[in-house]
This record gives sequence, C-alpha cells and structure tokens, in this order.
Amino acid sequence: MTQEARKTGERPGRTRIGIDVDMRAIAPFVALALLLLLGMFVNQNFIGLNNLANVATRSAFVAIIAVGATFVISSGDLDLSVGSMLAFVASLMILFLNNPLIADPTLRLLAAVAFALVVGALCGLFNGLVTTVGRIEPFIATLGTMGIYRGLTTWLSQGGAITLKSSDIQTLYAPAYFGSFLGLPIPIVVILVVTAIAAFVLYRTRYGRHVVAVGSNRDVARYSGISVDRVRVIAFVIQGLCVAVAVLLYVPRLGSTSATTGILWELQAITAVVVGGTALKGGAGRVWGTICGAFILELVGNIMLLSNFISEYLIGTIQGSIIIIAMLVQRSLTRKA
Amino acid sequence: MSSLNIVSEDDVLVARRISKFFSGVQVLFSVNFDLRAGEIHALVGENGAGKSTFVKVMSGFEQPDSGEILYDGKPIRLPANGAAEALGIVIIHQEFNLADHLTVSESLFLGREITRFGVLDRKRMRAETRAVLDSLSSSIDEDALIGSLTVADKQMVEIAKAISKEARVIFMDEPTAVLSQEESRVLFEQVRRLRDRGTSFVFVSHKLNEVLEYTDRVTVLRDGQWVKTAPTSQLDAESIAQLMVGRELSSLYPTKEEPDVDEEIVLSATGISTPFVRDASFEVRKGEIIGFSGLIGSGRTELMEAVAGLRARLSGTVRVKGEVLAPHDVHAANRAGLAYLTKDRKAKGLLLGSRMAVNLTLQSLARHCRHGYLDQASEAAALARAQRRFDIRVRDARVVAGRMSGGNQQKLMLAKVMETEPDIIIIDEPTRGIDVGTKQQIYHFIAALARDGKSIVIVSSEMQEIIGMCTRVAVMREGVITGWLEGEEINEQEIMRYSAGLKTMAS
Repeated sequence: MTQEARKTGERPGRTRIGIDVDMRAIAPFVALALLLLLGMFVNQNFIGLNNLANVATRSAFVAIIAVGATFVISSGDLDLSVGSMLAFVASLMILFLNNPLIADPTLRLLAAVAFALVVGALCGLFNGLVTTVGRIEPFIATLGTMGIYRGLTTWLSQGGAITLKSSDIQTLYAPAYFGSFLGLPIPIVVILVVTAIAAFVLYRTRYGRHVVAVGSNRDVARYSGISVDRVRVIAFVIQGLCVAVAVLLYVPRLGSTSATTGILWELQAITAVVVGGTALKGGAGRVWGTICGAFILELVGNIMLLSNFISEYLIGTIQGSIIIIAMLVQRSLTRKA
Repeated sequence: MSSLNIVSEDDVLVARRISKFFSGVQVLFSVNFDLRAGEIHALVGENGAGKSTFVKVMSGFEQPDSGEILYDGKPIRLPANGAAEALGIVIIHQEFNLADHLTVSESLFLGREITRFGVLDRKRMRAETRAVLDSLSSSIDEDALIGSLTVADKQMVEIAKAISKEARVIFMDEPTAVLSQEESRVLFEQVRRLRDRGTSFVFVSHKLNEVLEYTDRVTVLRDGQWVKTAPTSQLDAESIAQLMVGRELSSLYPTKEEPDVDEEIVLSATGISTPFVRDASFEVRKGEIIGFSGLIGSGRTELMEAVAGLRARLSGTVRVKGEVLAPHDVHAANRAGLAYLTKDRKAKGLLLGSRMAVNLTLQSLARHCRHGYLDQASEAAALARAQRRFDIRVRDARVVAGRMSGGNQQKLMLAKVMETEPDIIIIDEPTRGIDVGTKQQIYHFIAALARDGKSIVIVSSEMQEIIGMCTRVAVMREGVITGWLEGEEINEQEIMRYSAGLKTMAS
C-alpha cells in the first residue's frame, strides 16, 4: 500500500505525517509576515496603523480584480483583459453619470452602479463565450478582448480623458472610496466582503467544487456530468463583476479615465493570484491567499517608497520579479515535501 | 564463498538483499532476484507487493537503502533518472513517454538525434527506424504520428526505442494491461524473438494467463518480500495466485444468476451509430449482467459513451425503462438512472489531486447541498458509508486520490458512480491493472448490485472476466456487434472467432 501510495504520489505539497498542512497555502502569509518585519527595519512609520491601512486601501483595485482572477485561473483559464476592461467599464460609467437623463443625482448614481455591474458582467460573458464557444485558447481570446476594450476606451475618450463633470455627484459618491465604516476605510470593507463571498462560493458551494474539478481535469469533470463550458463562462462573468466592483471604487477616487487607465493591472492581478498560492494550471483556488498576494504587491511598492534604496521607477521590475520568484517557491515547495 | 556469492555465468542483472524505505516505512525486505541473459522473467504480486518499487530500484530510478546490485557480475551503483539506459537497462513505463505530435522516427531518436553538420539527418533516422521496426516485423509507418497509433502500436514503438538504444535488459511494467489478447500475442512474438537474440525481459503483470504462456521464469513478491522464483513450467495459475495472496483463493467469480425472461427491459439501445460504430443494438433486463467483448479499438467504449450521452451519435435511440433519452446529454442519462464508469480512471475518472470525499461526491453534489451551500458533514458521512460498503482501505481518509493504489481507486470510482443511485451501470474495464484479490472483491460487488436489481453492462478486454461474470455476451469487431453468445457458447474460442472476424451473426 505505502509504496503504491508513494509511487502514484500526485501532489506532494502536503506533508505525509500528522496534520494535513499545505505549505503552499501558508507560504504567502509567511512572506507577508517577513515583509512586515523588513518594513519595520526600513522605516519606523511603516508599521503604523495609518500607513498599513493606506497600503490596504490602495491595494483594493488589484485585490478585488484578483479575486475574480482566482476563479478564472482555478477553472484552468486566464483573463488578460481585466486592466482594459476596468478602463472601459469606468469610462462608460462616467459617461453614464455625465448624462443628465436622470435628474435626481442619487437615482442617477444608483442607476450608474447597476449599469457598471451589468457592463462588467457582459464583458466577462463575452470573454467566456469567445473562449468556450469559439474554442480559442483563453490567452489568445483575452489578448484579443484586451485590445478591444482598450481601443474602445481610447475611442470613447478620443485620446484624451473622460472626467466626471457633476460636482453634486462627486460629493455624493466620494465617501464610497474616502469614507469609512466602523473605523475601517470603505475599500478595505469592500475587499473583505468580496473575499468572504468569493471564499464561500469557491469552498462551500456546488459551483465552487465544479470550478476546482474543471480546473484540475476537464475530462473527469465532463465524465462526472458537469457542464464544463458553463462553469468556465460563469467564472469569466464573476471576473467581469469583480472588475465592475473595482470600478465602483475607482470612479469616486479619481473621477476620470484615459487610454492609460488600468494598464498592466492584469499583470498585477495574475501576480497576486499566483503569489497567493493558486496553481496557474488550475485546480486549486485560494481566495484569501490572493488578497494576501495583492497586499504583498502594494507593500513592496510602499517599502520601496519609504526606503530610498531603490528607485520607485523600478516598481514594475520588482513586481515582475515577484511573480517569477513566487513560481519558483511554489515549485520548490511541491518538490520538497 | 557462500552460495549467495556465486553468480551464474548467464546472470545479467542480480539483486542481493535489496531493502528500500519510503518515509520510514519499509517497502522492500531484503529481496533477491536474478535475471539471466535471454530470458523472459515475470514479476508478479498483488498491488502494493512492491513490484513497481523493485523495478525502479533495478533500473536506477530509486536507490536501494541496503543490498547490492550486480551487473555482469560486478557490483554497480545504477545512475539515477534513466541514465541507466546508457548501460543497456531500459524501463518501459506503464504510462508511455511518447509525445503525440511527434512521428515514430522522431520519437525513436528523441534526445539523441542524428545530425550531419549540425543539421538533423532525417533520412538516416527514418532509415534506422525502419530497420528496427522491420527487425520487429512491425508494419508501423515510421512517419506516422504517435497520436494516430493504437495503444498496441505505441507499446511497440516503446520497444523499438529500447532496442534502438541497444538495451540488454528491458523492464516492462504492465505492457499488456491495455492490450487485447491478440495484440499481446503479437507483442510477445517480438519479445521472444529478441529474447532468442540474448535480450532479457522483466515482465510485470497481473494477467496470469499471459505470465504462464509467455514467460520462462516467475518471481513472486508479497508484501515487499521475495516469496519464490521458479521456472514457469512448474507453476499454474492457481499456484501463482496462491503464492501472491498467501492464502487459498475461493472462487474468483461469484455464481451467475440469470434474470427471468419476463423481467422488465430497463435499457434498450437500437441502431446506434457513431462515426465508427455502426447500427449497434442491445437490451438489458433488470438484474442482468451482460458483457461486451472484442479487441481493443473495436468500438465498445465509443458505443457505450454514445449510449451514456457522453458522445454525439449519428443515429439510433436509447430508451431507459421505455422513456427515450435525449442524445449527447449526460445529465439526462444520469437523471434517468444510467451511469457509465470510464476505463480511464486516471485521466477521466478521478481528480488525482483531490481527496476521496471530493471525488466521491463530485457527480452527486446536489445531494449534499443545503440552502445552496455544501454540507461537509453529509459528505463525510457518505464517504464513511462508501468506505465500508466498497472496502476502500486507506490509512488516512484525507489522502489524495492519486496516491491510492489502483484497486482502491477503482473502488472509489465505483462508489462515486453508485452515489448517483443508478439503476443501470455500464462498467468499462472493471478491473484493469488491479490485483487478483481486489478483482475478486469487485466481481462480488458487481454481482451483489445485480442481485439488488441493478442492471450491469461490462465492457472488458479480459475474456475470463466476461466469461466468469456475464450471462449474455456481445462481441464487437470494427464498430459492429458481430455476435451474441449465451450459456455454454460463452467461451474463449467462440468469443475469439467473432472478434477475429471468423464468424458473424447468421442474420
């Protein structure tokens, strides 16, 4: 029995004896703790509650998008279009808010929120349909839609910026990003709520189980009577909704979009997911790890800013390195145990 | 000199008191083994007896913790990770190491391509491939893509590859598990030819009839210990099986029970055609066990997948208890109580990286949903039930499926499908690659299901299994059902005649 078990050893990520500890699930949190320690040495202001709350708040966009990406990646796909999609949905939302068709500002804002969520879901649906019905590799399909959403944004803005005009709405909407709830900045509350819902869906519902099954082996899923394509499309729609939620926080913060909004955010989102311990080849999703990953990315930027050792212009280089290091760590953890 | 140290002239590869531990657990206990030049040596034992580990140790993929290996009479430390191939020790794995999009000749020379002035010398590689294949009297086209070959041909390519590396010792881990009898016969014809030229083979197999028919000597392992090595001619299937399990095996197959002729017909498939299968029809009564025999690639799996809604069909109707089933709709089939167990448990049956509970309930998650969320306690209860019912023995219920033995995987797959509470169960290769003890258990499970009024369709390339289990047998050949056998007609000769095309239905 034992040697058979050993022979077919499939996922040596878990220790064999005693408690079932998955090193890959813990690794991101260990990395986060080490970073916090490092930050403490670099600058004494770093560990202050204000600074950390700031960092968490700034990580909100990427964190929320990355939660959606966790679903897409767990089901074995990839979405490169999220950055462009954010710019596109945000542009449309601002245009909607600038349209005086609905006179009452509160009503207009609520309608715009619903509108953004619908557009986000539709963008995700389109990605999903191109990938599944069109039978195109998700990498290529979303590379295409990335260009499409980006191009549409550029066209909507005519190369310039789209800016929220009404000051009424600006003041009405601002608390959604700058306000706080029970002492926590709203963006942090949103991250926690979105993540909690996502974790529930991924770990505790039939759909979540199906996502993992589809991601780890599509044939097994199909032979078990799971509608593989439906599961994949829904994951893309969840991604679209998450992008829309990020937009809902983005618009009150900046109130303006341009052709360069959200550029390279897909890289950050995917990095957050991978750093968080989700396997890029699908089959294992870790929502809380993803949030941890997004936070790590923002922390690294923050430490660079506070430290003066490294030029902050190198942030992209550092983030690129992090994704490579994360992959190497993931793999070595798989081998060792 | 003690007798242990005497090495016979003929011995190529000798193991002396090999022991091996994995994470502190001993899996090989001082195993002795000698392989002579020019012999086919069978290595048999139950799942978990240590055969695969032993083969890995003898081919350098694992290092022994104690004991020594002699090669040509000299102690040797085999280099790791397949580097022993350079010494002439080659292992052909159960799962092939062939890339589907390469041609046969590209596969043969993969990693050691012949070049001229730094450019691939395709012509010469093709010619040499042809020569090797000819020496095996194989008609495989050297330019054919691996993906287009049958499993038997892939096996042959692996052997050709071993020969072209001038192998002296070839380990074959269950080479015939996926082959039909006819294909195995062809394969062993070539193996014997090579043996006569001095190549030595170690043949790991669960198929005792093949061991008896094709090998020169047999070594039996049980629980990691050497039990016996003897010339094959001195053994029979019964004695080998006894050596393997260490106890007497009561009858392998349960007694057959035929259903009443007026018992309700629960499944009827009429005129099923797919791109390969033509106009196949069959009926199953309540509580009946019918079999589908035939060569590999005769279309049995394709037919069953079309019936179970896993594959589109060109024509034909499937009725479950009189109700017509929508084509290509797995859900409809499952709802109607029709379930299909794939033969490919690793690629299509189980999520190897997931735990038993996840696998068990994957097909029946709706039963464990409460107000939209999964009730893990109810899943755990289902697992405990299934473990008891199907005797799934693991040390820790949290083990991932990929780490379980083949027998336990098969039982888990059966349990998974039974969770959907089907009335009709189509089982494709119910005992592929599992040991004799577990086989017996699975046969009794199947018989018990039939006694409970379930209807069973067994698809199997193992004729003994079909003969031992089924009251009615269909034989398929090239996508067509060529014959139906009942009662006394169900025997090897008759099945062979139909599957080889020597006989077809009178109609």
